[in-house]
Amino acid sequence: MTARVTLATAHRVLTQLRRDPRTMALMLVVPLVLLTLLRYVYDDRPQVFDHVGGPLLALFPFITMFLVTSVAMLRERTSGTLERLLTTPLGRGDLLVGYALAFGAVALLQTALASTVALWLLGLDLAASPALVVVLALLDALLGVALGLFLSAFARSEFQAVQFLPAFVLPQLLLCGLFAPRHSMAAVLRWLSDAFPLTYAVDGMQRLTASGEVTRGLLTDLAVVGGASLLALVLGSWTLQRQSA
Amino acid sequence: MMNSVEVAHLSVSRGGNAVLRDLSFVLRPGQITGLLGPSGCGKTTLLRALVGVQRGVRGTVTVLGEPAGSARLRRRVGYVTQAPAVYADLSVVENLRYFASVLGSGRVEEVLQQVSLADRRDQLVQTLSGGERARVSLATALLSTPELLVLDEPTVGLDPVLRRDLWQLFRRLVDEGACLLVSSHVMDEAQRCDRLLLMRNGRFVADATPGKLLETTGAKDVEGAFLALAEAAA
Repeated sequence: MTARVTLATAHRVLTQLRRDPRTMALMLVVPLVLLTLLRYVYDDRPQVFDHVGGPLLALFPFITMFLVTSVAMLRERTSGTLERLLTTPLGRGDLLVGYALAFGAVALLQTALASTVALWLLGLDLAASPALVVVLALLDALLGVALGLFLSAFARSEFQAVQFLPAFVLPQLLLCGLFAPRHSMAAVLRWLSDAFPLTYAVDGMQRLTASGEVTRGLLTDLAVVGGASLLALVLGSWTLQRQSA
Repeated sequence: MMNSVEVAHLSVSRGGNAVLRDLSFVLRPGQITGLLGPSGCGKTTLLRALVGVQRGVRGTVTVLGEPAGSARLRRRVGYVTQAPAVYADLSVVENLRYFASVLGSGRVEEVLQQVSLADRRDQLVQTLSGGERARVSLATALLSTPELLVLDEPTVGLDPVLRRDLWQLFRRLVDEGACLLVSSHVMDEAQRCDRLLLMRNGRFVADATPGKLLETTGAKDVEGAFLALAEAAA
């Protein structure tokens, strides 16, 4: 891995994104619209908005980045550019970290925008500082990027890649404790919930909603989300084989 | 002078079918070798084996003194795939700049001239014609001044003028000491090669200069020679 090639890759991916202003706009504006919608759905019960608004700030970057990276990486595979790149001195880490940097930058922008709107315009009441919220949301975005890069190896078409969202993300969403408290779930589901990284992303955001302190529980959440992202990146690099049949 | 490529007893099977059958040959620098044969005869698999991206290779493939595909060869070998491997949503010069960073090359402007795309530099690749896209793909492989250039059907979809220009470029590259292996199923390009490898069902049916090939088969052109050899083998 070399810094020059990694940065060139991040720059290239960002240039491609810039060429697609509609996708950029959707990534940045849709979270704002959904948050606003939610705020007025619970117009009479602001405490419900406070309860789910925080976790949503973690979920938006995760879901968007998962979708966009898995399709972008799939394109790289199907267009032949991946195979071409793997005949050059480019390292697998250059490609993966380059993607993570580029989409991480977009996630930072998305999270900053969504947090600003939620906290100041929509009156979302979180106990923790906005900086902590942005840090956790960024880690969640990286988890989405890493899982998207890894899982794209198992899709043969964009149709399949898009179906990975309901297949891999919705179960995590159902079991993460946002819709039903985890202690009320059947034991097997709770074990599953313990094993899913998204559980820790949402748990972290729930902690930030309730308290401004950096507790051991919050640090555990951050470490699990970061560790799961790294693991997915390592698994992703194994799927980038220089040789194929 | 050292051989650019040395292949001994190269076989490749895919899904139980033999795609390449016990091929042995050498390629020398300063020569354009044409790899000709019908679609599906194993040309692309052979090229991929030389570049080191083909799985399931038996036998030995040595390129520029190293095992094919080794890390030290990645700047010294250029590979142009049959379908252009470039980013359609980037401009010509953005594609070249990216590949130049990856290859550690500063030859973007030079290469743009070589493939006659200087006037298209800021155009998005998706708005280019098929032939222009193929030349962007070729340009990315020229950036590192490779000593071995492996080209899979590089002139498909090009008009006669561009085809002539490209062959002049290929000739200049080998005059500067490179080794070129060019696959094609268009037999009329064969006359421009120094040496021809005719392939059928994963085997070579001929290995000769174009002149020698016509002489031994008594055919008028390479297509006729190929048919004569194929019928003799059947």
